[in-house]
Amino acid sequence: MSELTLTVMRLGFLAVLWLFVIVAVQVIRSDLFGTRVTQRGSRRTANDARPQQARQQQAAAPPQQRQQSGRQRRGAPTKLVVSEGTLTGTTVALQGQTITLGRAHDSTIVLDDDYASSRHARIYPDRDGQWIVEDLGSTNGTYLDRTRLTTPTPVPLGAPIRIGKTVIELRK
Amino acid sequence: MSVVTNTTTIGAIDAPSRRNTELALVAFAVLISVFAYANVGLALNGELPAGMLGYGLGLALLGGVAHLAVRRFAPYADPLLLPLATLLNGLGLAIIWRLDQSERFQATRDFVAAASKQLMFSAVGVAFMVVVLILLKDHRILQRYTYISMLVALVLLILPMFFPAVNGAKIWISIPGVGTLQPGEFAKIIIAVFFAGYLMVKRDALALASRRFMGLYLPRGRDLGPILMVWAFSILILVFETDLGSSLLFFGMFVVMLYVATERTSWIVFGLLMSAAGAVGVATFEPHVQDRVTAWLDPFAGWGKIDASEQMAKSLMAFGSGGTLGTGLGQGNSDLIGFAANSDFILATVGEELGLAGMMAVLLVYGLIVERGVRTALAARDPFGKLLAIGLSGSFAIQVFVVAGGVMGLIPLTGMTMPFLAAGGSSVISNWALIGILIRISDTARRPAPAPAPSPDSEMTQVVRP
Repeated sequence: MSELTLTVMRLGFLAVLWLFVIVAVQVIRSDLFGTRVTQRGSRRTANDARPQQARQQQAAAPPQQRQQSGRQRRGAPTKLVVSEGTLTGTTVALQGQTITLGRAHDSTIVLDDDYASSRHARIYPDRDGQWIVEDLGSTNGTYLDRTRLTTPTPVPLGAPIRIGKTVIELRK
Repeated sequence: MSVVTNTTTIGAIDAPSRRNTELALVAFAVLISVFAYANVGLALNGELPAGMLGYGLGLALLGGVAHLAVRRFAPYADPLLLPLATLLNGLGLAIIWRLDQSERFQATRDFVAAASKQLMFSAVGVAFMVVVLILLKDHRILQRYTYISMLVALVLLILPMFFPAVNGAKIWISIPGVGTLQPGEFAKIIIAVFFAGYLMVKRDALALASRRFMGLYLPRGRDLGPILMVWAFSILILVFETDLGSSLLFFGMFVVMLYVATERTSWIVFGLLMSAAGAVGVATFEPHVQDRVTAWLDPFAGWGKIDASEQMAKSLMAFGSGGTLGTGLGQGNSDLIGFAANSDFILATVGEELGLAGMMAVLLVYGLIVERGVRTALAARDPFGKLLAIGLSGSFAIQVFVVAGGVMGLIPLTGMTMPFLAAGGSSVISNWALIGILIRISDTARRPAPAPAPSPDSEMTQVVRP
């Protein structure tokens, strides 16, 4: 055996050995980063095309959610916008369903906020289509403008609702 | 219907079973071993070794059977444990065969060609693993045998005392007609079952009843009982069987499991202090252990006088002559180590012929096995499985450390074998069984959970302080 062949084999063997280790580590990598980030509702076309995550959420939501109110008053808000906090920019279309806010995973808007309770507040339309915000006995309270809510209160258009570090408002 | 945009949900990916990854990696491991074998043959005789096909097929068959068993009986098991073990076993076979070919090694006393025997033992080991996978449908069954396994482990550990010492250590039992057996290797698995079952029940008492003193949680006096018992027992092993390795292994494993079970750093501190005290105490009056310590402190002083020192010195020289990239398989002189070159000192051959680069790769493979074990423990859902997995991988890690550290002169040399790599029937068989149990636990741990219950938010809401 020539010296050259043996040298090539020697280095080749080391390379193969390390390749095995690297491949093994690559397999482990998938285990370490074993989470998936789903963009909720961003690519929604039809009901069945929705990711499973969103479907579960739908199922877990209270039954009022499906209660449709056909009438929409003129000048009524059409969407809810998060204007401050980690979820800034998130909008939820208002279509007569109850919107729950809190850290619980089945809330409509899941707040990633240490100062929010798991079931913090809900926003729902009353019979006339007027949107009402109600504090659900949260630890730190829900504020409409500067006042802490004690009873279900109607929400005027554009009034800031503050929950922990998050501020949301209703818009047209 | 709500349309929420710009909101992200983070969820766990359902772990795929990854059996095909495992198959590919096992094939890769077999190929690497065959490559090593061919390399040795080409370097020694200038031609491909005659037995290459036989060894290759044998190893491929073992890997294949093990893989099929995992596919059938543990479909969600960790995909890496089996390939890593196969690689080490195959590499060990190639190196053992390489040492068999050496004339200098053949001239040592009681030489027997070990490669074919090692292949046979590997087959027995894989069969053992398959049996573990078939019979052990759920690792929690082992929990029932907590105290029985303690008894069995005690018997296994005490048995060698009644047999004559081999090379200064009484760790073998010889069964006429069958051969010799190293019961300590099996005891390490069985005693892990006992520790896991025991600590699972007692950990609250051990963790909570404590006083805080200088940043450490000091356990109550009576809670020191178990650790003192295990310590005393490992000291007894050291004194009567003069086997530093097993005694370190058992005590170390217990301390690791105690720490994991109770999350109290103080146990580690106590463990280190106690093992240091024990080792120093025994080393002062036990001549066999004393020899090893002298060989460790100054291996070259005993050149030509004390066997243990000379062996140690040769091992260090083998590592040195290997350098960074090694001399190449089959081209080193590690066979000069003579006796035990293919068992306790097999790492010296790896170090010389594959160099630092190869040595690191091999150690990383060991590290990966341990990592997979610890990962399994993290993922396991039941406390018994967690503790058992951590105990088994901990004992594996300690064994690798004790042997590698001994051969490289970091700690005094002990009579233990490198798992999978070294020639030795008991070691290969018991380590395959160990891998089998880990595969079983990881299968249970990675199995998709039956519809997770909606978890209430674990964190407390913070209160705004005005």
